[in-house]
Amino acid sequence: MRRHLLILSSIAAVLTVAGCKREHRVFDPGATGAQVANGVQLTDVHVGQVAHPPSAYSQYSDSAYAVGEGKRLYSAYNCVGCHANGGGGIGPPLMDAVWIYGSKPEQIFSTIVQGRPNGMPSFAGKIPDYQVWELVAYVRSMSGQLPSDIAPSRSDTMPTRNAEQATKKEHPSDEYQQPVQQEKSR
Amino acid sequence: MGAISQLAMLLFAPGFHGKQTALSPAGPQARTIEHTFLLIFWITAVVYVIVIAVLAIGVWRARIHGNELPPPQPANPVHDRIVARIVAGALGVSIVLLFIMLVSSYRTSHATAALAASSALTINVYGHQWWWEVEYPNKEPYKIVHTANEIHVPAGVPVTIHATSRDVIHSFWAPNIHGKKDLLPGYFNDLTLEVDQPGNWRGQCAEFCGEQHAHMSFEIVAQSPQDFQRWLSAQALSAPGPTTPQIAHGEQVFLSHPCVMCHTIGGTTANSRVGPDLTHLASRSTIAAGTLPNTIGNLAGWISNPQSIKPGCRMPPNPMSSTDLNDLLAYLETLR
Repeated sequence: MRRHLLILSSIAAVLTVAGCKREHRVFDPGATGAQVANGVQLTDVHVGQVAHPPSAYSQYSDSAYAVGEGKRLYSAYNCVGCHANGGGGIGPPLMDAVWIYGSKPEQIFSTIVQGRPNGMPSFAGKIPDYQVWELVAYVRSMSGQLPSDIAPSRSDTMPTRNAEQATKKEHPSDEYQQPVQQEKSR
Repeated sequence: MGAISQLAMLLFAPGFHGKQTALSPAGPQARTIEHTFLLIFWITAVVYVIVIAVLAIGVWRARIHGNELPPPQPANPVHDRIVARIVAGALGVSIVLLFIMLVSSYRTSHATAALAASSALTINVYGHQWWWEVEYPNKEPYKIVHTANEIHVPAGVPVTIHATSRDVIHSFWAPNIHGKKDLLPGYFNDLTLEVDQPGNWRGQCAEFCGEQHAHMSFEIVAQSPQDFQRWLSAQALSAPGPTTPQIAHGEQVFLSHPCVMCHTIGGTTANSRVGPDLTHLASRSTIAAGTLPNTIGNLAGWISNPQSIKPGCRMPPNPMSSTDLNDLLAYLETLR
């Protein structure tokens, strides 16, 4: 009986310790190399073969901490000033399925780094790569693209929208096959 | 009593004299707090010694009888009466002592709060993860002073710290000067304090607030009222423009790198309030909320890789060429 108790409690202890390491926090991403933004394709039409640049996205989209940092930076760097809390204003909304310059992580990355016509400034050289990836992960969570255990569940300030965690997943046309619209016969 | 108790305290508390201890008060409120502390300390110390002594006597007397139970005692009304009186007396003394401590603590909270009515200067303090934003309000916007982690106050004058938090709950504690006051997000708490003499004291966040809670300290710099006014008007000025090509290049490095996303330098286009205001960085004695002395070498290490010094802090690593870094440091050194 005593032995069973000992075995059970050691299993519980191991599980507790293992459970503590839920995610990896990247505090020191090391020296950033060249910006990879120039390697990103905006469309699937290209010249010759495609050289896919390495994407660091999954490292950040798998970490609730990184996405939370993205949410903090989204306000700190004043993304909120134009895009509001996802609903848009001066800039386009980020919580819907419409993406003018592409919804894929690498495309959002280059949108932030390069800037886009009619108002989106270029943040090249102003934000370190890893923070851009954190912003990308957060922007993706605004339209429900991240799993609910990673997307932020609440705000530090008065909530203006549903939590990202509870956001219905949108299906951008460049990532998902859209239901075929039946044309009405005239 | 005072001298003897201080001598005895020296034996028990090695950090008695220091910049961050409640046992070396530097203001009227800290002194009343220390008096209450010493009163409670000595009452409880004497009571503790008596209780332990009585317990020791009881144990010692029980040992004489060995394991045998003592023979049943015949009823002795005289002895019983004496024992009852001793217990009642001890109970009475306990009630009186507890009442003394109650009154003393009530008087202390009154005395520490009484200063608030006569406060002439208000300083806004905002807690951040993990640094202190300090703001000297003024009706004329160009005279508003922003600084960080260093709170200058005039000596001998009551000063109100008007404090809130920008993120999680922090707590403002400069033990030589006053007790603690929590900084709550979305709510202002006021703490009025007074420092007797010019000098420097260290304070610390006293509410666990995340990874770098331990590296969230600040300095209280008390100055004579004239020195304080001189300091305040110097801090209200913008940064001086660059004087040499190297410093001009350093300024360009600052303005074209991620620095501008979070920091302000008055007189330039850098005006973000996410991180500490750097307009007079070189006039401060520490960097990173008291983590390191403000030397050029420490600053270089901090800019290159803050995460190796304060893991989890909000500042990202800033890889740059050695020329850029040296020019940037030369520029930052001019921000007096």
